[in-house]
Amino acid sequence: MLERDVLVVGAGPAGLAASIEAAKAGADVLLVDLNMKPGGQLFKQIHKFFGSSAHRSGTRGFDIGKMLLDEAEKAGVEIWLQSTVIGAFPGNLIAIEKGIDGGEKEVITLKSKKVIIATGASENVVRFKGWTTPGVMGAGAAQTMINVNHVKPGNKIVMVGSGNVGLIVSYQLMQAGCDVVALIEAAPKIGGYAVHAAKIRRAGVPIYTKHTVVEAIPGEDGTVCKVVIAEVDDKFQPIPGTEKEIEADTVTIGAGLKPATDMVKLEKCRLTFNGPFGGFIPLHNDKMETSKKGVYVAGDATGVEEANTALEEGRIAGISAVESLGLIEPKEAEKMRIEIWKRLEALRMGPFGERRQIEKNNILAEYEEKVVAAVEMD
Amino acid sequence: MALINTGYLEYEELSQIQKLPSDERYAKGPVAVIECVQEIPCNPCEAACRFGAIHIGDPITNLPTCSHDKCTGCGVCVSKCPGLAIFIVNKAYSENTATVAFPYEYMPTPEKGMEVTAVNRKGEEVCDAKVVNVMNPAAFDHTPVVTVEIPKEYADEVRSIKRL
Repeated sequence: MLERDVLVVGAGPAGLAASIEAAKAGADVLLVDLNMKPGGQLFKQIHKFFGSSAHRSGTRGFDIGKMLLDEAEKAGVEIWLQSTVIGAFPGNLIAIEKGIDGGEKEVITLKSKKVIIATGASENVVRFKGWTTPGVMGAGAAQTMINVNHVKPGNKIVMVGSGNVGLIVSYQLMQAGCDVVALIEAAPKIGGYAVHAAKIRRAGVPIYTKHTVVEAIPGEDGTVCKVVIAEVDDKFQPIPGTEKEIEADTVTIGAGLKPATDMVKLEKCRLTFNGPFGGFIPLHNDKMETSKKGVYVAGDATGVEEANTALEEGRIAGISAVESLGLIEPKEAEKMRIEIWKRLEALRMGPFGERRQIEKNNILAEYEEKVVAAVEMD
Repeated sequence: MALINTGYLEYEELSQIQKLPSDERYAKGPVAVIECVQEIPCNPCEAACRFGAIHIGDPITNLPTCSHDKCTGCGVCVSKCPGLAIFIVNKAYSENTATVAFPYEYMPTPEKGMEVTAVNRKGEEVCDAKVVNVMNPAAFDHTPVVTVEIPKEYADEVRSIKRL
């Protein structure tokens, strides 16, 4: 049977960082990802990242992706692409549907001493009349089309959602040569960073706060040709009589993300519901270990944040996994973790970050209360 | 704050949040105007300035402050700010005109000598403008810094150009 020290699931920033840390310490690391290329969302991110200049901020996302892939390769991380975890069994056994040449799949059972889950998040949808019309898509899908596949999703875009995804993808759609004819936000204020909003305002994009999309109207060819928006009341219900018709061929929806928890459910890790973090997430401790011993989590799967926090959490998970394998001294591991938690605290400050710091502390406390206490009772 | 509702700030609102250059400093020539107004974890502008004019310090969510007397208006920070929120304003360009330099990441990149239309923070057309400089070295990593000449009275208003 195939055996590895550490299996990492998901090759985005969190999974890559975890793999690099674990492999650098001398562990045999297998990293699996269901996509055709590693990097998660990094290779779609053509903008310069925020964060600390000590940690590559000001560098474009896809360049950070390249650096991480280089590091992973140098550290000896083995990567399986187009591969999906399909089962977890007692005795640290994991079934993986491995992608092999020619598009074929092969089911392989792996015995892995430690498992790190870094499965990321998926886009939320918004339902409205005509939401299945061709031309309606997730903002992330539109971003993949322009930045990875170099195909415009359309020419006249209505963006729904003013979080950082909605704002950044609007900007990038214009860089790709599309016009963003409206950005709609149901809340009374813009959700993302003001600087992202400011750059699309300068480019002439009207931002409609307290508005929602009511209907996408198909044209003769069956694809979107008009979009109806309307003002909403305090309960986010459209106010009759305020409808406005906008000529557009594409509706992109940036209505937030929710953590991808299929794998943590498969491992029967204890979950908790957390609204600000996007839904159900696994409880974990300060080593990023879940309620299941030897199973770690990192990145958006533990609550939706951003690439910098995902990288740092990935590092903690990787370090903790190899510590428990005896490859790093506990003292050394603890020292590194303290440093990383300090950096995470700096990333979770200010009006956009402090809520996430509070929620993260709640998760750690809930782990102590429910997981640690339960073990002690046994 | 109007910004979080509308996506832009009027100059007066901006001046309440960020320390802007004094009239005396503006009279001396090009200077950085930092329009970063929210405490977000970001500090590449601080390391970008080789004159030590920009300060953020610890924690990195601090708003950047610019020592306008140390700033030479070189424009490197304009290309390094991930939020594209720094501009170089030169109110001493000529008797009647000023220049504004801004980051411009759309295609095609404007060329020196081009006649363009200047826009304000809301994307509204303000006046005709002439491209007088385009800096786009490798170190700027594909964020060209474009300088346009405009009538002096619009120096606090113009922040970009209509896409070409």
